[in-house]
Amino acid sequence: MINFRDIQVVFGKGTPLEKQALNGVSLTIDEGSFVTVIGSNGAGKSTLLGVLAGDVIPSAGQVMIGDTDVTRKGTAARAGLVARVFQDPLAGSCGALSIEENLALAARRGQRRGLTPALGVKRREHFRQRIAELGLGLEDRMGDRMDLLSGGQRQAVSLVMATLAGSKVLLLDEHTAALDPGMAEFIMNLTQKFVTERKLTTLMVTHSMRQALDFGHRTIMLHAGEIVLDVSGDSRKTLQVEDLIAMFRRIRGQTLDDDALLIG
Amino acid sequence: MSQIAFWGAVELGLVYAFIAVGVFLAFRVLDFPDLTVDGSFPLGAAVTAVLIIAGVNPWLAVAVAMVAGAAAGLVTALLNVRFRILNLLASILTMIGLFSVNLRVMGRPNVALINADTMLSPFYGLGLRDFYVRPFFVGMLVVVAVVLVWRFLESDAGLAMRATGANARMARAQGVDTSRQIYLGMALSNALVALGGALFAQTNGFADVTSGVGTIVVGLAAVIIGETLLGARGILIALVGCVFGSILYRIAIQLALSSDVLGLRASDLNFVTAALVTVALILPRLRRGGVA
Repeated sequence: MINFRDIQVVFGKGTPLEKQALNGVSLTIDEGSFVTVIGSNGAGKSTLLGVLAGDVIPSAGQVMIGDTDVTRKGTAARAGLVARVFQDPLAGSCGALSIEENLALAARRGQRRGLTPALGVKRREHFRQRIAELGLGLEDRMGDRMDLLSGGQRQAVSLVMATLAGSKVLLLDEHTAALDPGMAEFIMNLTQKFVTERKLTTLMVTHSMRQALDFGHRTIMLHAGEIVLDVSGDSRKTLQVEDLIAMFRRIRGQTLDDDALLIG
Repeated sequence: MSQIAFWGAVELGLVYAFIAVGVFLAFRVLDFPDLTVDGSFPLGAAVTAVLIIAGVNPWLAVAVAMVAGAAAGLVTALLNVRFRILNLLASILTMIGLFSVNLRVMGRPNVALINADTMLSPFYGLGLRDFYVRPFFVGMLVVVAVVLVWRFLESDAGLAMRATGANARMARAQGVDTSRQIYLGMALSNALVALGGALFAQTNGFADVTSGVGTIVVGLAAVIIGETLLGARGILIALVGCVFGSILYRIAIQLALSSDVLGLRASDLNFVTAALVTVALILPRLRRGGVA
């Protein structure tokens, strides 16, 4: 389904700050599988996601989604294939537009946008139903501006937005990192539900080792722009958070100051 | 204020309502501070005047003027999107360039339209006095324009434009080609401003190369007055606010200039405008509690 072949990404090429963000990453993700991505700051997690989303165009290598070569396609051009939820609840939706307008915008992802009213009766009813499923009571606030919602509510709506247009790939960029623990759990359960129901091929970047092992079918760890761990199946089932931390330490060659941060 | 002066102010307010709606599209919808309007307003007037004098049907002349305005907007968008020039600066470059273009179009600094057939000619002499005919006619066009812009902004295509101005990164993630939206929005905005210029030339009977000075401030004043009075309650209210803001602005100016107590002269117009816009800008902030 998704295929990265020998991806090279260099930021600030030719400057003193030149950084090799991804160094020859090759990765194949099967259709319908849920992959979690971990790694320390600057390991290349977000860059990997960006390469798939189109925000980052690699200097070498090839990215395939299904049968489509998207390597040189910009974000907007490939938006019909990939949906995305950002870490910052403010980034993934439009604060100045209402809840239903945000949904209408997302529902046309990857399609031509004509002069049809964005909020026809049928569409509104459909959006209302999808929002009612969240059980957050937002279905009675469909006309409210998005920026009146809490961060958790916005992420929940963003998840619905990501599943409206029917794209098969879902990218989650630490999408629970900015939320309180209760809300983070709610969003993760919702994510799990959507991914299972809709058989989405999912790539989730997370800072939480717990999350990385509890969700999905496969976990990869990045370090200095390379994949240093790739576990799935039975070997992943027996893997503990402590094992991951031990691995983290070994790779970084130093003691972590605050394990709690990583376990969280 | 005499009745003629009052209806004159309403008429001018309605003509500038097109500028207000154009400025609303650029500044509020696209978040693009666009000064091109100072050039596209006289451009619309110049193209219309020259074509009408050449014997072209006035409706066709106005259509051509709108296309010219749209082209001016596209130039600004091109400088900004393609060549990465800061939006404000890109629009200033176009505006400066248009001054010469307008002189070329007219061949001289101003063109009179006295006794020429305009869009309004068929409506004079139908029993209504001229100073009623003009605001009535322009008012009808304003209603049509507001309805069209409103329907557009609430369509799928319009939503993409609004998202581009509000959160471009999110818009791109939703598959919106934000560059194209800027081209489209700037063309639409400046076409409306050129339409305002075209109507200005026909209602006032002349086109003048200097008539564009301060267009942006007047347009912005109308937008802000509308927002201050009606608040942010959806697209239609905002557009209606632009129209009423534009009319109220003209009436306020007329009152200020005709009041003997204040002792103002016509030449004080620019200062009064600047003062009025400043007040309109500060007022909402005072209401929210203190100047930040």
